Amino acid sequence: MQNWTEVGPVESVPKKGSRVMTTPDGDVAIFRTSSDEVFALFDQCPHKKGPLSQGIVYDKRVACPLHNWVIDLSSGEATGPDEGCTRAFETKVEDGLIYISL
Amino acid sequence: MKEKLVLIGNGMAGVRTLEELLKLAPEKYDITVFGDEPYGNYNRIMLSPVLAGDKTIDQIMINDRQWYVDNGITLHAGKKITHINRVKRQVETAEGEVFEYDRLLMATGSRPFMLPLPGRDLPGVISFRDIADVDNMLETAKSYKKAVVIGGGLLGLEAANGLMIQGMEVTVVHIADVLMNQQLDKPASDLMLNELQAKGLNFLMSHETAAIEGKKRVEKVVFKNGTEIDTDLVVMAVGIRPNIELAQSAGIHCERGIVVDDTMQTFDPKVYAVGECVQHRGATFGLVAPLFEQAKVCANHLAQMGIARYVSSITSTKLKVTGIDLFSAGNFIGDESTEDLVFKDAARHVYKKLVIQDDKLIGAVLYGDTVDGAWYFQLMRDGTDVSSIRENMLFGQHHIGDSGHGATNSVDGLPDDAEICGCNGVCKGDIVKAISKHSLFTLDEVKAHTKASASCGSCTGLVEQLLASTLGSDFNDTPSKKAMCGCTSMSHGEVKNAIKEQELKTISDLMTALEWKTADGCHSCRPALNYYLLSTWPDYQDDPQSRFINERVHANIQKDGTYSVVPRIWGGVTNANELRAIADISDKYKVPTVKITGGQRIDLLGVKKDDLPKMWADLSEAGFVSGHAYGKSLRTVKTCVGSEWCRFGTQDSTGLGIKVEKMTWGSWTPHKFKIAVSGCPRNCAEATIKDFGIVCVDSGYELHVGGNGGIKVRATDFLCKVATEEEAMEYCAAFMQLYREDAHYLERTAPWIERVGLKSVQAKVVDDHDNRKILAQRFYESQEKSQDDPWAEHAAKQRENYIPIKQVG
Repeated sequence: MQNWTEVGPVESVPKKGSRVMTTPDGDVAIFRTSSDEVFALFDQCPHKKGPLSQGIVYDKRVACPLHNWVIDLSSGEATGPDEGCTRAFETKVEDGLIYISL
Repeated sequence: MKEKLVLIGNGMAGVRTLEELLKLAPEKYDITVFGDEPYGNYNRIMLSPVLAGDKTIDQIMINDRQWYVDNGITLHAGKKITHINRVKRQVETAEGEVFEYDRLLMATGSRPFMLPLPGRDLPGVISFRDIADVDNMLETAKSYKKAVVIGGGLLGLEAANGLMIQGMEVTVVHIADVLMNQQLDKPASDLMLNELQAKGLNFLMSHETAAIEGKKRVEKVVFKNGTEIDTDLVVMAVGIRPNIELAQSAGIHCERGIVVDDTMQTFDPKVYAVGECVQHRGATFGLVAPLFEQAKVCANHLAQMGIARYVSSITSTKLKVTGIDLFSAGNFIGDESTEDLVFKDAARHVYKKLVIQDDKLIGAVLYGDTVDGAWYFQLMRDGTDVSSIRENMLFGQHHIGDSGHGATNSVDGLPDDAEICGCNGVCKGDIVKAISKHSLFTLDEVKAHTKASASCGSCTGLVEQLLASTLGSDFNDTPSKKAMCGCTSMSHGEVKNAIKEQELKTISDLMTALEWKTADGCHSCRPALNYYLLSTWPDYQDDPQSRFINERVHANIQKDGTYSVVPRIWGGVTNANELRAIADISDKYKVPTVKITGGQRIDLLGVKKDDLPKMWADLSEAGFVSGHAYGKSLRTVKTCVGSEWCRFGTQDSTGLGIKVEKMTWGSWTPHKFKIAVSGCPRNCAEATIKDFGIVCVDSGYELHVGGNGGIKVRATDFLCKVATEEEAMEYCAAFMQLYREDAHYLERTAPWIERVGLKSVQAKVVDDHDNRKILAQRFYESQEKSQDDPWAEHAAKQRENYIPIKQVG
């Protein structure tokens, strides 16, 4: 059984943007794309631990604000020639509310 | 059913097209490749090092057979296509096998031109084109002594050098008196001749071959002037001709090459062609860079995206021939309407010639020291007015009012552990390894893989040299125009024009109208587009999600994810009450580090994001506004104390600095913008390394522009002198507005002025009084909307964006 935690309404995350959810194990970045898909990543870039939640979001990617590594939102993998991965969490949207499986 | 794509010609241009196509539409086609040679795709320009014994065949493979397997491509290496049936859309091999296609890509390349001389069929007369030729030469060198190379071009010299290293006694025969006459002028050729003679090569210049003679194999070459020379081997390297027989036999329109349009399509819409076999707008091709550009365009159309066009324009050539660095571009010979700037130091083997026409650079030849090649090419491409830099430009970019970064201008002698990129700590060895291992061909690819030159860019020239020396002689780097980013093929200038001409008002309208390749753009183009729209349309609704984090939250992100807060301190003048407020606020929010900045204000470092709006509310209450230390915007106006206190001060520099800051704060600019006002020529405010600097003198105010104290230190250019404070401020507003409207995003005033030329700035801001007033007026109008303090606004209205959406546990 998956354990879903309610995060909040989709509208409270800006389109092509992100909000942070704090947990005892560290921050999780909740992303919303231009087509209203929702993703969640551990809020640390695999490169130098930059807060991905603060990056520019495009397509299903985010550019880390520190050194512009580009991270895939669904897998957490670095794209292009860069190599590294941050933890991705499953999310779902029901009745306009975001849920995350931590 | 997937469509069938057949590629004839397993060379660099054809396979590069497939690589580009696989990036765009990996599943679109069933791909079959036919190649005459029994190998995968190898780097033909590396045949010279193979001949010289520096590399093996394996080391110059770009795509080995496994690559074809991995990408689901069927490779028929060693099968020759002899017939194309365009009606049935079939190709036929020499053995009679038939294959069908939906689209056909011809990349049949070129063959060496063999002079129609008596005796040219004798054994021992060969060309220098493929692996078989190299094998032949290596074999000959084992049992014979003398070789003649006909043709003193790039290929001929490489062949001669390789044969000499293999132990042969080599004579190069050239019909003209200038070696490599496509790339060099006479003085450069003479230097090269001397250097190559010293290495042991012999030359017969201005010699035209009449016949090749011999009984069972070649024995001698006879010249039209009656002389002759004994030899055991003749290598013909007099040029290449596009390979068009197959296309001709299929009735595809050919002239000197297979004629293609700007989409690389032949006269048969099902048939495309790329590489050395094509003729585009009358031109044929022999260097690598244009082929790669063609490959990109062709792939785009094969993927049915239909937006790219191939446009060839002035090209530059950066070459390394037998260890000598060469660069040439444009019209480097000149005529009676041009002027030459020439530098020659024969002892150091350095020669530079720049050709200037109507104050613009139109051609360049560099021999021995090529580090400034890219810069000269940039000046040519941009049509920059060079009159203000001509006295120094021959010595290179480092001598244009700047002391530069590092002193290295040649990478050849450096050891592998020499650091090339100081920002990212990348050594020469890392770069060379990445170029070989990942088959990199362009500066952008090297940036992506190694991060070298990906930050400040000051080592770009060195990285380009490494590309040239690692890739071999025929390296040509510079694309004819620079696209904004991977999302479009349009340049910054073209996008800016389109915004005005097509009245594009939002980022999404722009991306639709200009056929952006990606739905949302990327982190590189979105901030640029947001700025262009903002600076063009006064009523534009700013898009915070297209801004870098610092501008989105009005603070500077630090390495640990906290922020720094810098309140504005007008002209660097403060008082006890303000300092007390800053001290109290620092205590309240437990600010770990308080630092005085170089711009005469106070930086509060290590603030948590959720504290930002609370802190701003407190700062607002104490009378502070945002210092925009985080923005592509006006940063500070640095001042010295001036006539109010200083015994040398000529004018009230502090008072003027505060007035200027009150006028300019809050304005968005293409990159950060710094101002300073000094009270006398001793210049304590360092005004001559700012974007706009005012130096007060007894009789008025000297205005300086385009300085920089960063990556490349650049002293300002003198704009003009004015008599009053009011004039100084009007000139400042007009200059800033011109910069805002004219520069590319992320282009500081220094490179902008070097691109457009100081003269053009002076013409618009100084000489044309009406235009100055119009520019200043536009600046004032745009300032009416941008001088609301973002801190006060965010503290009052947008607190939600600074706090977590949820806290668990």
